[in-house]
Amino acid sequence: MKFEIKNLNIWFGAIRALKDISIDIHANEILSVIGPSNSGKTTFLRMLNRLNDLNSNFKMTGRVMFGAQDIREIDAELLRKKTGMVFALPLPLPLSIFDNVAYGIKMHGVKNKKKQAVIVEHALKQAYLWEEVKDRLNESAFKLSGGQQQRLCIARSLAVEPEVILFDEPCSGLDPISTAKVEDAMLKLKADYTIVLVTNNVKQAARVGDRTAFFLSGELIEVDKTEKIFTAPRDKRTDDYVRGRFG
Amino acid sequence: MRNPLRTEKIAFSLLFLATLLIVVPVGLTVVIIIQKGLPAMLNRGQAGIPAINWQFITDIPRQGMRAGGIFPAIIGTAYLVSGAIIFALPIGLMAAIYLSEYSRDNFLSRIIKLAIVNLAGVPSVVYGLFGLALFVVFFKFGASILSGSLTLGIMILPIIITTSREALESVPYSFREVSRSLGASKWQTIRHIVLPNAISGILTGTILGLGRAAGETAPILFTVAAFYLPQLPKSIFDQAMALPYHLYVISTQVPNVDEKIRYGTALVLLVLVLFMNLVAIIIRYRFRKKKKW
Repeated sequence: MKFEIKNLNIWFGAIRALKDISIDIHANEILSVIGPSNSGKTTFLRMLNRLNDLNSNFKMTGRVMFGAQDIREIDAELLRKKTGMVFALPLPLPLSIFDNVAYGIKMHGVKNKKKQAVIVEHALKQAYLWEEVKDRLNESAFKLSGGQQQRLCIARSLAVEPEVILFDEPCSGLDPISTAKVEDAMLKLKADYTIVLVTNNVKQAARVGDRTAFFLSGELIEVDKTEKIFTAPRDKRTDDYVRGRFG
Repeated sequence: MRNPLRTEKIAFSLLFLATLLIVVPVGLTVVIIIQKGLPAMLNRGQAGIPAINWQFITDIPRQGMRAGGIFPAIIGTAYLVSGAIIFALPIGLMAAIYLSEYSRDNFLSRIIKLAIVNLAGVPSVVYGLFGLALFVVFFKFGASILSGSLTLGIMILPIIITTSREALESVPYSFREVSRSLGASKWQTIRHIVLPNAISGILTGTILGLGRAAGETAPILFTVAAFYLPQLPKSIFDQAMALPYHLYVISTQVPNVDEKIRYGTALVLLVLVLFMNLVAIIIRYRFRKKKKW
């Protein structure tokens, strides 16, 4: 068990974003989180690495265990090191390709250039980007295509050796071929990492998710094996949503 | 019938005229200062070829400031501007970082930001009186380069804080989020992501502050400026001459000063500010070239 979440409630100011969520996230699985926009998917994801904490209006109650520790008792920087995040839009830092991938480890004190180079190469290979960029590591990351940038962001998260990778609609801005490459990378990463994938693309959840959770208006409607959610869900609202009959 | 082509022509002429109205006076000022000031810097050399008159910028004023050079004033202004920047840039930058990165967005912080913007518009003579009361009298620094630098520094602080804050806030929030999501601390994010991308904006603020500090007369009037000093300042506790004040003195207080000396002094001040700006612009250009987005 990677995460154990019990009775989680989240508020932003007076707005209640998540209501009484209880869910477990298993090691080495891909958990897809689906639901219409404004259903709290991204808030749920950003809770896992405490990125919501950056918002001064944020309040949460309930218990979220990461391994054997409550996430609020873990140092936020350490928790974030262990939970990499890939954002909806490709967001390279304004640095070179190499420095983008090396950024995290540099911040965590890896100063040795050779060691950095080894880690960067390994991370880029894991994200299936190495062959495309190995001859231009010193170029600006903004010169890469959108799909390459997104795989660069994956490599950047992998470089700090996380245990969990959080994907926040990682393919929303990508073409089908780039999407396939990112999904491919996810499926192979599953062997070593736990993956939580928030997606607006129901078909993507069906393709890559081991289990799928359906959120609606801040509530967790149901979570089950992906085949079950897509063939015989318990709740009618889930059925309507995955069949595109919603609203 | 309205003719769109004619409307277009009228609009173009009006807009062009407005631009001209701004450019011409500035251009004329510079031309006149150069035309009338240049003779002070040139000597009739051998065979009628003009040569640079080094005496004007390297000698002390002579004959009751009606002859000789303006070297002490140049040095004084250089000291004062450097002192003001050394004092105001670090403090201003730190305040800007605090306001844009650390302070919460609430009523108090908004009032503080607004107050700082408004401070930039306070007349410089008010800063002069403030410097007199605080540094000269209360801290007993006397009329000295230290008092003058601190007064000028306080005067340009609002400019530096406001422009730096805008530069910091123009760095996309997503960069900060990405950096934090990788486990970097808040300070690491500021140091490695935010500051490097804001540096050109910060330097723009510094340039503006620098030019203002070099040109103002009122803040140094009570805090440092000497009417006439035959020797150079030996420490920061000495009084000093300064170009803007010297210009004021020889234009209004001393009778029968040759026109070319007055305009020559103005020209030197102009060139000095331009030169300092140029240095900052070159630094900024080099940072911009390194920028990857």
